[in-house]
Amino acid sequence: MQYHAEVTIGLKNGMLDPEAATVQKALEHLGYPTDNLKMQKRFILDVNASSADQAHDRVDEMCMRLLANPVIHNYDIVIEESG
Amino acid sequence: MKIAVIQFGGSNCDYDVHYVLTEVVGVDADLVWYKDELKGYDGVVVPGGFSYGDYLRAGAIAARAPIMDDVRKMADKGLPVIGICNGFQILVESGLLPGALMTNRYPKFKCQWVSLRVDNNTSPFTNAFKKGEIINIPIAHMEGNYFADDTTISDLNTQDRVAFRYVDPQGQPTMDVNPNGSIENIAGVLNARGNVLGMMPHPERASEEILGSADGKKIFNSMIDYISSF
Repeated sequence: MQYHAEVTIGLKNGMLDPEAATVQKALEHLGYPTDNLKMQKRFILDVNASSADQAHDRVDEMCMRLLANPVIHNYDIVIEESG
Repeated sequence: MKIAVIQFGGSNCDYDVHYVLTEVVGVDADLVWYKDELKGYDGVVVPGGFSYGDYLRAGAIAARAPIMDDVRKMADKGLPVIGICNGFQILVESGLLPGALMTNRYPKFKCQWVSLRVDNNTSPFTNAFKKGEIINIPIAHMEGNYFADDTTISDLNTQDRVAFRYVDPQGQPTMDVNPNGSIENIAGVLNARGNVLGMMPHPERASEEILGSADGKKIFNSMIDYISSF
């Protein structure tokens, strides 16, 4: 069965993100003051598995081994049955 | 004795390192393409560059290439492995060294000379220096901001595994001379056994006086001396 997965990866809370800080500052220069701006990466993929749990486990393994760096990142996985 | 200089797609300091090893230091060295086997070598250099265009994260893709399993085996045998700049990023991504290298605090590519203090002079890479010696080597990176959790930093300090720190001319690791925001001005770290070094500065760009400094050559000389005594 094919499952659709969406993975969102971001820096752990409290970690300095100079790129996000720069974007926030640029928004401010344009007249849009904001707070707590964060930048995240999103991976969208389809994966074959026998159940949603198994699909989740496989994607979790992908995050641990490549997609995320566990030293600095948190991630969130959403699995849905696809078509 | 033979040293391997690994080439990934996007490595660009490979020839400089090979030149310094063979022409300046005078040791046998091969450029080894990442798809080839790493066999019969006494030490490895993972050179700088932009492997895989820094896709995903700097060093992330190269760190998962099969040749890194061979590098890990060599490290397990106690042979010296040094990662420079992108090579350092590859070694942390592969788990051979602790921590992570994040975007510079001021998110810009920094290319400049820095002063480093040699904090560990007992490793296979730093034994030709005096402890506390200040040396000059250039950096060139955008992701050199060394980060690790408090426990790791404390272990690095107590186990004498910080090889180099960014310092001012008096040898003080001040924020003013920290080029990238690295925790405690860390510029280079060693693994627990001491035979794997990662550093952001480029010793191969400071290995001849005509380039402004020959301090970097001592790192390669130390490595060769260590292999000779292995």
